[in-house]
Amino acid sequence: MRLNTTTRPGAGVRERNGMAERPVEERIRDFEEVDTGMTPGEAMEEAARCLQCKKPACINGCPVGIDIPGFIAEIAEGRFSEARSRILEANLLPAICGRVCPQESQCEGACVLAGKERAINIGALERFAADNGVAELGEERPVSLAGRRIAVVGSGPAGLTAAAELARRGHKITLFESLHEPGGVLVYGIPEFRLPKAIVSTEIERVLALGVELRTNTLVGNAVPVDDLMTFDAVFVATGAGLPVFMGIPGEETNGVYSANEFLTRVNLMRADCFPEAGTPVKRGSRVVVTGAGNVAMDAARVARRLGARVILVYRRREEDFPARCAEVRHAREEGVEFVTCAAPVRIHGTPSVTGVECVRMEMCELDASGRPEPRAIEGSSFIIDADCVIQAIGTSPNPLLVRLLSGAATGRKGNLVVDEDGRTTVPWIYAGGDIATGAATVILAMGAGKRAASVIDSDLASRPEGEI
Amino acid sequence: MYRVVEARPLADRVHALVIEAPHVARNAKAGQFLIIRKEPGGERIPLTVSAVDDDRVRVIFMTVGATTHQLAELQPGDTILDVAGPLGRPSEIPSGETCVVVGGGVGIASCPILARTLREAGNRVIGILGARTAELLILEDEMRTACDELYLATDDGTKGRHGFAADVLKEVIESVQVDSVWIIGPAIMMKVTSEVTRTAGIRTWVSLNPIMVDGTGMCGSCRVIVNGEVRFACVDGPEFDAHGVDFDHLMQRQRFYFEEERHALEHHHATRCGCSGEERHG
Ligand SMILES: Cc1cc2nc3c(=O)[nH]c(=O)nc-3n(C[C@H](O)[C@H](O)[C@H](O)COP(=O)(O)OP(=O)(O)OC[C@H]3O[C@@H](n4cnc5c(N)ncnc54)[C@H](O)[C@@H]3O)c2cc1C
Ligand SMILES: Cc1cc2nc3c(=O)[nH]c(=O)nc-3n(C[C@H](O)[C@H](O)[C@H](O)COP(=O)(O)OP(=O)(O)OC[C@H]3O[C@@H](n4cnc5c(N)ncnc54)[C@H](O)[C@@H]3O)c2cc1C
Ligand code: FES
Repeated sequence: MRLNTTTRPGAGVRERNGMAERPVEERIRDFEEVDTGMTPGEAMEEAARCLQCKKPACINGCPVGIDIPGFIAEIAEGRFSEARSRILEANLLPAICGRVCPQESQCEGACVLAGKERAINIGALERFAADNGVAELGEERPVSLAGRRIAVVGSGPAGLTAAAELARRGHKITLFESLHEPGGVLVYGIPEFRLPKAIVSTEIERVLALGVELRTNTLVGNAVPVDDLMTFDAVFVATGAGLPVFMGIPGEETNGVYSANEFLTRVNLMRADCFPEAGTPVKRGSRVVVTGAGNVAMDAARVARRLGARVILVYRRREEDFPARCAEVRHAREEGVEFVTCAAPVRIHGTPSVTGVECVRMEMCELDASGRPEPRAIEGSSFIIDADCVIQAIGTSPNPLLVRLLSGAATGRKGNLVVDEDGRTTVPWIYAGGDIATGAATVILAMGAGKRAASVIDSDLASRPEGEI
Repeated sequence: MYRVVEARPLADRVHALVIEAPHVARNAKAGQFLIIRKEPGGERIPLTVSAVDDDRVRVIFMTVGATTHQLAELQPGDTILDVAGPLGRPSEIPSGETCVVVGGGVGIASCPILARTLREAGNRVIGILGARTAELLILEDEMRTACDELYLATDDGTKGRHGFAADVLKEVIESVQVDSVWIIGPAIMMKVTSEVTRTAGIRTWVSLNPIMVDGTGMCGSCRVIVNGEVRFACVDGPEFDAHGVDFDHLMQRQRFYFEEERHALEHHHATRCGCSGEERHG
């Protein structure tokens, strides 16, 4: 086992304790977790570095406002269960967030040590407390009002959080999920080696234990017509951004071209890595081209590596422009994913199955609106990368199915539901949050939206005239 | 968990299952489908809604691979882990028209509910059922009650007209003013049969059966090409304008996992039913 410790030279500067990672040769042969977490000693040592700021900037960087110095102080004292309960007050899914949040741009980015030595490893500490503490959530004040019936549509992080928060306030929640398992992207998208499914299901169990009624296999809009939905006192729509975007280049309909969603769903949710013991197949491919360079692309590439393929990731900009978290890029590279940058696919070759991807070289021009150089194709620069499988990971957009059926709901440019800052859509008593409102974003932002909407729904219902109910 | 209340073979390799699934039954309409997952680790497979009765829904399937073989082993009282649906869009039902419903092979499963719905909406309904041989002409009685007229055809002439459903359809549209046609069956049958109505310019629907995973529009496995555009059959269909469908593309994608499916069926035979697994049904 090797410690991934980031050191900076210089007297008096303490190291940032990282998490242990399993060696590459071992981990690319299975789907088990790559990061193995901190030991109690490491966690306490790291926690002791925290300056316990009077005005903690890290909390402002956290979309759900966890009392970060508070839980870290508990860890420093060895009170792991107390640390866990501190986190649970603000965040119902700590074992998940500790693993997948982009801490570098949130809490850790705001840490005052970020500029000087190194930011406290808040993510690893959160994960440590979640994994090592034993503490459950207490009952919130039961409301004086009789609980109302509230429908939550979609059981990803936004829906789970809203359901839990509303249930704690005494409402009767029905949580609808179209797939056979709850969790949204946490179960079908993010691979086992980054987020073990056993951890997701424990976290979800806790939400359900609050009395939330889960109805899987229920596609709202079809299995529950919108008219039935309207009989609930309020509805929180958290259907996510699951619609895969294809590039629209010739040859895309060839056999062997997957959306990242399909490829990842086959492996993560349906366990195609265990085919034929598990019933769902996936093409393993011997040379796989992944297009895109975000977290989803890195996940797809790393899954394909574990299925035994040589993996080439193609991105139209430079490596410094990769949208994925640094740790994901590093892991992908360590695991042997090859990067072809400044190249864009223009055509997929082969009938009936893929034989290669034709790309053109891109040159970087003036800065565009995102502040990055605009890529432009270089004429006559096309070349072919041999491949028997192509995975497109260039993005997803909001799920259109239910949105289309909600008459009167305003939608945005991306097909997202338009909401005010409290999560209200333009239809009375229908609220929305997470990726369906923002377009593809992050777990913690979805949770933050679910939490905010829950408190708004609760207070809106409390002030609703009796006659209206 | 969903309880199987009825399980019976209808013909060689064709089985009917009636499943208790209130939320599905209450909302299912002609043209829609379910996704079934029999057990943990099982594949999600789409099957058309063949009939609805109270809290129950019927599916009819042909044993072609591992999952359908497993479903064929179910007995009344057994349970199915997951039944999701109804999925897809219901058939677009006109009124006051003359409609023809053509079913081929196991595609006949979807015909009675469609014919009945069309009839209830005030259409005159002509049914045409075609199969390889007499035994495979399932649901004849149901279709006879659901339709105003019913024609049968078998490839081997063992029942009804000796020939294809397409031949019967041709005669029907030559003798009657037909407004809308539905063709439901194997891809090749839909391709050939829908040629009959193309030149006559009759609106024709086919129910496409690409390989699906979620059935909710989130993966794109079910991509089909209709009028030059990519559509997701599970949410935009499964019924589409027959004359715009790229059937060759559909059939090409259906064959994508041929090797893996063969492997899975051998595995099924080796581990479940104890036979050698030599035969590849279908
Ligand atoms: C591969 C991948 C990796 C990612 N990695 C990270 C990461 O490392 N860190 C991070 O912060 N974020 C990551 N993200 C993004 C993050 O997962 C999402 O932003 C987050 O899951 C959004 O949550 P949500 O609750 O809005 O929607 P989702 O998680 O998409 O959940 C929506 C749920 O609604 C269900 N649903 C949809 N329509 C209906 C309907 N009509 N009826 C019933 N149910 C319905 C869906 O089946 C789904 O379960 C990743 C995303 C992907 C795809
Ligand atoms: C909307 C729709 C409705 C359908 N309705 C019926 C029906 O009413 N009765 C019936 O007998 N069949 C129906 N099918 C086809 C049925 O889903 C397949 O026969 C079944 O999935 C085969 O599974 P298997 O494991 O037994 O066979 P496999 O050996 O896995 O496959 C045999 C063939 O079935 C097709 N198939 C395999 N997996 C899938 C999948 N996940 N989704 C779709 N097709 C697949 C493939 O083209 C393959 O060549 C329908 C398909 C769709 C898309
Ligand atoms: S089956 Fe996944 S999008 Fe249609």
